[in-house]
Parts: sequence; structure tokens; C-alpha cells
Amino acid sequence: MEWETVIGLEVHVQLATRSKIFSGASTAFGAAPNSQACAVDLGLPGVLPVLNEAAVAMAVQFGLAIHAEIPEISVFDRKNYFYPDLPKGYQTSQMHHPIVGAGEVEIGLDDGSTKRIRVHHAHLEEDAGKSLHEDFHGMTGVDLNRAGTPLLEIVSEPDMRSAKEAAAYLKAIHSIVTYLGISDGNMAEGSMRCDVNVSMRPIGQAEFGTRAEIKNVNSFRFVERAIAFEMERQVELLEDGGTVVQETRLFDPDRDETRSMRTKEQANDYRYFPCPDLLPVVLDQAYVDHLRAALPELPADKRARFQGELGLSAYDAGVLSASREMAEYFEAVKEVCGDAKQAANWVQGELSGALNRKGLAIVDSPVSARQLGELIQRVMDETISGKAAKEVFQALWNGQGESADAIIEAKGLKQVTDSGAIEAMIDQVISDSPAQVAQYRDAEPDKRGKMIGYFVGQVMKASRGTANPQQVNQLLKEKLDALC
Amino acid sequence: MHDKTLSELASALDAGEFSSRELAETLLTRIDRFDGNLNSFISVTPDQALAAADRADAARARGEAGPLTGMPLAIKDLFCTEGVKTSAGSRMLDNFISPYDATVVEKLKAAGTVSLGKTNMDEFAMGSSNENSFYGPVKNPWDTEAVPGGSSGGSAAAVAAGLVPAAMGTDTGGSIRQPAAFCGITGLKPTYGRVSRYGMIAFASSLDQAGPMARTAEDCALLLGAIAGHDLRDSTSVARGVPDYIEELAAPLNGLKIGLPREYFGDGMDPEVEAAVREAVKVYESLGATVREVSLPHTHYAIPAYYVIAPAEASSNLSRFDGVRFGHRCDNPEDLIDLYKRSRAEGFGEEVKRRILIGTHTLSEGFFDAYYKKAQQVRRLIRQDFLDAFEEVDVLMSPASPTPAFDLGARKDPVSMYLQDIYTIAVNLAGIPGISVPAGFSGGRPMGGRPIGLQILGTHFAEARLLNVAHQFQQATDWHRRRPAIAEETL
Amino acid sequence: MALEHTDVLRAAHLARLGLNDDEARHYLEDLGRILSMVDDLQALDTRGVAPLAHPLDATQRLRADEVTETDRREQFQRCAPAVENGLYLVPRVVE
Repeated sequence: MEWETVIGLEVHVQLATRSKIFSGASTAFGAAPNSQACAVDLGLPGVLPVLNEAAVAMAVQFGLAIHAEIPEISVFDRKNYFYPDLPKGYQTSQMHHPIVGAGEVEIGLDDGSTKRIRVHHAHLEEDAGKSLHEDFHGMTGVDLNRAGTPLLEIVSEPDMRSAKEAAAYLKAIHSIVTYLGISDGNMAEGSMRCDVNVSMRPIGQAEFGTRAEIKNVNSFRFVERAIAFEMERQVELLEDGGTVVQETRLFDPDRDETRSMRTKEQANDYRYFPCPDLLPVVLDQAYVDHLRAALPELPADKRARFQGELGLSAYDAGVLSASREMAEYFEAVKEVCGDAKQAANWVQGELSGALNRKGLAIVDSPVSARQLGELIQRVMDETISGKAAKEVFQALWNGQGESADAIIEAKGLKQVTDSGAIEAMIDQVISDSPAQVAQYRDAEPDKRGKMIGYFVGQVMKASRGTANPQQVNQLLKEKLDALC
Repeated sequence: MHDKTLSELASALDAGEFSSRELAETLLTRIDRFDGNLNSFISVTPDQALAAADRADAARARGEAGPLTGMPLAIKDLFCTEGVKTSAGSRMLDNFISPYDATVVEKLKAAGTVSLGKTNMDEFAMGSSNENSFYGPVKNPWDTEAVPGGSSGGSAAAVAAGLVPAAMGTDTGGSIRQPAAFCGITGLKPTYGRVSRYGMIAFASSLDQAGPMARTAEDCALLLGAIAGHDLRDSTSVARGVPDYIEELAAPLNGLKIGLPREYFGDGMDPEVEAAVREAVKVYESLGATVREVSLPHTHYAIPAYYVIAPAEASSNLSRFDGVRFGHRCDNPEDLIDLYKRSRAEGFGEEVKRRILIGTHTLSEGFFDAYYKKAQQVRRLIRQDFLDAFEEVDVLMSPASPTPAFDLGARKDPVSMYLQDIYTIAVNLAGIPGISVPAGFSGGRPMGGRPIGLQILGTHFAEARLLNVAHQFQQATDWHRRRPAIAEETL
Repeated sequence: MALEHTDVLRAAHLARLGLNDDEARHYLEDLGRILSMVDDLQALDTRGVAPLAHPLDATQRLRADEVTETDRREQFQRCAPAVENGLYLVPRVVE
């Protein structure tokens, strides 16, 4: 039987607010345990929550970015359960009236086409603390610094059909939230976490199969691997005549498998009800419009513009718009050198190669966009040859000069375009190479084109690469042909 | 000294008859002498009190005294008080020294008041008799066989017994008004949102409200002026100016329209209570008020709706007491679930457990619509009843409780205990303000019986009007000047 | 809606309240009576009535995104039953 995979994602994004969603405690990462857990975060008797404006604004910006409906009223509910990292015994979340309604996210597929993934809704909630299981005399330690950090939970429709689509969706969400600047998107620090719902159905069947939920899959790569494992597991089960159990599973990246979280609390009853300490959040149109007006250009729009207006290939447009930093760097280079294609080639070629070798992010590039742009300019106005340009780039990378011009000057890499000087070098080479000249003369005219390479090489060598290769070619041909 | 109202104390302090320190010392001695049997305090804090009294005297000497500078008070043990045990009447918090002040406490400190200690209460404010305290029941100063009412029973008893001139209470379903009535004092429950709930340990968040308990409406007005107002730390507190409650006390009552809810006067109301209320209404008529009957058609549903909403909110509010970050923790827990279950089983008393169980059950899957959602719909109908009535009349009058204080141990069945809050509970569902003022005694013996309270209700934010109406009654009657024998005793 | 012994045990478990069988039986009786009082609500027709969550028709005020709290771990952990290295300790949690 042929199977189709059906995937839905719940992505938790930590919002980049300074303070927590319901308290004035700092959200900074890495502080000493419980030093950023204030009375409200600890759920001390008598404390009350007050909602952070920035968390609301960020959630709305995300909604606008995915063309979602922004309901006028949203409501916070309590999700009740006991866990040591959940100080109040409930998580303040949004169950029935989320802040962001239905929207959609466009993902790019490998064949260059795009697909729209529907987002069911996105809601605000508070993060829990962390339980540390290393040994405290057989006890677990609880750090509540993270408790109360604002989260935006983005719930997709089950619109994805492969692990690749799921990864592309997660990347698209990542790029939207980082473009908006509403999250640092740092998956290693847990700023973005993901639950994956996977089910299988025979191709052509309309109903969904029973799904398994894989919790806390925290990298793009793991999403693909977890889904791949889960697909295989479920198909095997189904083909052996078994059934998939609706359950929560955990992905183990070390063993590359998912396994059931056989907790006793499979049937949890969260007793959701509206939080009586918070009032309905009402967003008036003017507020939403104000946020809409301040939205930056988003990845999908940028990709389209790079392709349409700048004439880049679909692939280049996709790569260069994938992150806000990359796009900003590329556009700055383009601004300086004035040529989008050249800028694209350099950013994707020489620069990306160098960054990858060092494992650096674009923001940490030792070569600034201005430096690179000026370098490209010098290639375009033929001040230096392409070969020399690579040398200049390396020097900029190593910090051997402030600008391309300074390095060209210092290293004497300027192209020689003075035909007198070039002619002198050619004459020298011809007189130094009587045997090659004789061969050239004896050759059939249609073979001579190939043989000229030797002379070009010699002249370039003599000029230490600074002679303009077109000019050298042209003059050599004239002089050699004159000898025939 | 101990018999004076706050406004009388202010004059005496200004005149230099005695200092704040002498006043505090006298009252602390009285507490020491007389509270053993009453049990109205959980904690007495003489060191903090005398330090605050000294600061008040110094301020007065500098000419910086406000109307509440140096005024001794007691605070219900539901308000977090920095550096002082804040127990909520529960074993769960017997070891809890609050690391912060409730907004009400902060405001009272800023006004220069002198807190003598924390008063006894039904555990987590759940109860109508003060018999649900981990620290034992409080006794009614008028008759130690009787309950003082609840849940702010300690505050009411302490004021009635002359241990403090005023105290802070909280009211979720009548917890200020009913004990005020049972103890013969004046108690005001403000509009929901008028006073900050920050630092007041939550019972039912959408119903809880703090308020003053004192001997006169005038003293309640003074205190309300100090504690009311918007608090940035409480999302449900209202950003609305605080009127000068004292200034409005003197307004004449000519043309005041009083409504008597038809549904309140009937079965279950003690005849002596009814007679006292009708007598009080006559006093108002003599002051120029007119009286008519009004209807609150959904009255019967108030207690059922309340016993869905309040326990549901409570079940969630009390989840934070889990033995992890503060409060009682059982010995040698086997595992996490054992830690939770035993800490909570040991820390909470019977009534609290009952309400947690009811609330947990009604919120669980499959029951939410039939209970919680239904109760919230009924809540809207109940509020509408009051809003409709206030289209016709300025205030509503009724007893605060269908009977005078009952005997300790007399109400064993929880439902019969709940039902006696019939006149107070709907007020919290609607969020309107209410005040209870002394209006007579049972037993036909003015000094021998048990006090009866008149409840006066107004529309949202009508506190100034309620205080005015209560004050004018106290200008025309002297029920509020009657004192139990214990308050007459000299040191 | 009749309440059963298992309902009480289930609620007690959800609420993490340790109850023995005797106590559960005792509460079953009380809760049964309370619920039968509450069931009077069902007699009322509330179709079309919007639930009322708060007595005032107020809306949520928003707080500026500012860090206003300082580290008070020292004071907050003074009332904690078990702490080590700044962490709250609980019996080992198995994932």
C-alpha cells in the first residue's frame, strides 16, 4: 500500500521581551538559578499578573506577518496541572479566544515552487521553569528563572506531507520571527521548540489516521529525523495489521528514535477556565493598524522582490532572504556595488564559503558589507582582475587592510591597462620564446587560438597578474599574427 | 482610650491627651489581657507596632500627621505583611513569613497607621462562623457561646471587644458584612475593583474584595479613603478617582429611595431580625426617605451559582500550595506525588478540601458547561437584577444575615451553613458594594442579646452614598455605640 | 448529576489531595448534597445569556515592557522547605 504522511506542528516561540509576560522580572538567559524569579513568577500567595504590552504587540505582529485575522478580543485561561516547574499549579494560556486567528505561511520547496501551510491560530502563554535532574542527593532541583517568559504557540493545520515540508515550515516560522525581531530564534537555548503531530493514511483516503505527538523536537534536523523515524514506525505497524495509538512520544536524538512517554497521566484533565485575575484583552483597530504600518518587509515578499525586481534565480532569492541578517547584508553589498547579481555571487560564493569554513554567522563576518561592495566595484570597473579580487578578499578577511582600495594599493594589484607597457611585456615574451613562436607560425590557423594560451600565461606571469587579460589576448593575437 | 472611634482618637492625639505609643501600649495590654478567650488574633506584633507608633508620634511632632497617623489597627491574616507570619488561618501557611506587603498593607503603613497584629479567620476565608481556623474558633464578644461570624471573624471580634478601633477584612460572599452584623460593628465591602487585591491571598479572584471594619461608618469612610484606588499590580483594580468619602457623609437623606427586595423578606428570616430591619427603615423614613418593594427575581440562584464559581476559582488558586516553594511540606515524601498529596492533605482543613474537591469536579471535562458556564450565565442575570433595581431606587436594604449569631458548633452541615449567606452572596456575584450597620439586638434585651445588622447595598462605585446613608442612620440611632461587657472592662 | 465514589477519588487525584477511603466516603456525602443544591441552576433557562466572568465590564490594562524586579532569591527562599545552590528541591522527577 502507498502511504501519505500527514504532519502538523505546534511551534513554541519565546518572545524577545525584556521582562516576563506577567511580571517585571528579567528574561535574560543564563542568570544564576532563581535569581530572576520574582514574587509573581514564584506564585507567592497573593500575587497577581499584569500583562506585558510588548508580548501583545509581538504576537499581533506575527499574526499580521502571516496574514492572520486579529480578533478584537482575546482571553487568558488557566490550564491546571501539577508539576514542580509550574509554580502556580496552572499555566496561564489561551484556550478559546487566542490573540491570533487563522493565517498562512508560505514555504519554499526544493523544486523552487512554494506551498501554503495554514496556521490554525497562535496564542500567548507563559513558559514553565526548568527541572534539573543531576544529582542533588537523589532529588530534582527546580530553577524558575524561565517561568513566566512569554511564549507564542503557533499551531499549524495538518497541511504538511513530508519531513522536508515540515522542516521548511519550521524554517519559514524561524525566518518570520527573526525578521520581525520578536524572537532570537535560538533553538539551542530553547527559544524555539516544536511538537510534531504525525499520522499516516493510505493515499487517496480523506480521513486522517491516528496521530502520535512527538514532544520537544528542538532542531531543524531533528524534526526531519523524528518524522522519518515515526513514518517508518507507523507504516510498519499499520502494514502488520496493527493500529497507531494516540500518544505522546519523545524523540531521542542519540538513538535516532521516538519512544512513548508512558506516563500515568495519559488522560490529563486540564480543567481550563478563564483566568479571573486577567481581564479580556481588547485590541482596537488603530493599535493593530499602527503595528501593521511598522512591519518590516517579510521573507516571502523579499524573496519575490529579489527574484522579480533584482532578477536573481529562485534559489539565490531563497537563500539570500532566508534570514533577516543575510538579506540585510546582501542588500547593503548590492547598494554599494550597484549590481545585484555580482553581489549575490560574492555573498553566496566567496563570503559564505569563508563563513562556513570558520563556522561563523553572517553578523560575525570579518568583512563588512561596505568592504565587500567596494571590492566588487573594483572588479566591475576593471581596476583589478577576478583573480586579484580573491586575494583582496582574503586580505580583508584577515584584517590586512581597511578597504579594498587600500589593499590593492599596498599589494600593487591594480590592473595594467596601459597598452604600451603591455606591448613591452609581450615583445619580451615573444623574443624569449622562439620555439613556441615557430610552432605557432607552423600551425593551422584554426589551431592557433588554443596555442595562444601559453603566451597569455607568460605575460600574466610577467605582470604578476596585473595586466588586463582581454588586452593581453588582443595584443598578443595581433603581434603573433603579424609574424606569420 | 480603647472605646474611642478613629475620628475621636485623632482629636485626642492632636490635643496631646496621649501619644500613639501610649495608645498602642494600652491596646496591646488589652489584647494580652482579654484575647486569650476570644482568640481574635493569630499574631500580635508589639515590636513592629511600637516602632510604628514612635514614627507616628515623631510625624505628629513635626506637624506632619494625617487623619490616620498613629491609628491602631488589626489586619486580617489574609493580607501579606512583610516580615510577619501570614497564615490565612491555615496550617498550610503556619510557617509562612511573607517576604512582601500587600498593597492594602503598604497603603495603611504609608498613611501612618499602627498595626497591632493579624486577626483570626476561617481558613483561606472559607466559612461563615470562624470555626474553620487552624488556630481555633473565635468567640463572639457579646456572647462567648456564639460564633463571631466569618470569615473575618477575628477582625470583627477584635473591634467589638475594644481591642482595636478598626480592622481590615475581606469579603468574598459576605465575610465582612456578616461578622460585622454578628459582632455589632460597621463593615463595608467595596465595589469589586475599588481596592487592590494584590497581596491578599486569593480565595475566589472574581469575588474577593478588601474592606474596612470599624465602629462607625465615618471610620470606615476614613479607612476606605486610604486603601481605595487603582493599583498597577492588580489588573482587576479600577482606574477611577477616589472621592472624599468623609465630605459626603453629611449629605441629607431627603428623597432617598430605598428598595426592599421582596425575595429577601420571607421564609427563613428570623422575626426579630425582620423587626429590627423594618424598624431601621422607619428611622430612614423619618429622615426623609421613601420606601418601596423591589424584585431581585434570580435571588434563589445566587447560592448555587456562587458554590460553582467560588470553589472552581479556589481549586485553581490553591494549587500553588504544593509544598515546593513555601508553606507546609510533609515529612519524608516517597516521591513527588506523595509530596503533593500528603502536604496538601495535612496542610488544608476540611472545609478547604471540600471546596477544592467541588471546584475540581465542576471544572473537569464534561462538566464545565453544565456547571461553570451555566453559573457564569446566571451570574449575569443576578447582576442585571441589581442594575434593574438601581434604576428604581438608590439603595437596597435587608438584613446582613437571616439570623443573629448562632451558637458555636450549631451548624454542622455545610449546606445549611452556606444557605445562611443568602443576603450577602449575590452582592459579590454582582460586584456591587454593601455595608452592614448595627440595627438592634435579639432577645428583646438591648444589652443582653446578640447584635443584628442592617445591610445597605448600592450600585457599582456608590460607596460614598452607602457611607452617607449609614452615617446618617448612626446620627439618629445609637446601636453602634453599644458595647459588650468585655469592652467595658478596665485594665 | 449523581456523584460517585470514583468521582471524588478522581477529583482528589487531580487536586493532589491525599484522601483515604473513609474520607472519600465522607466527602462523597457532603459533595453530593452541595451538588444537588447547585443543580437548581439547571432549572433556569439561560439560552442566549453571555457568561459573566468579571462583575465589571473592564478590559485588560497593559504593562510597559520594563524590568522592575531585582534579585530577591535570598528572602524568597527563606520560607522554602528545601533549597540547595539556589534551586528548590523536590523528590526526583522521572521523565
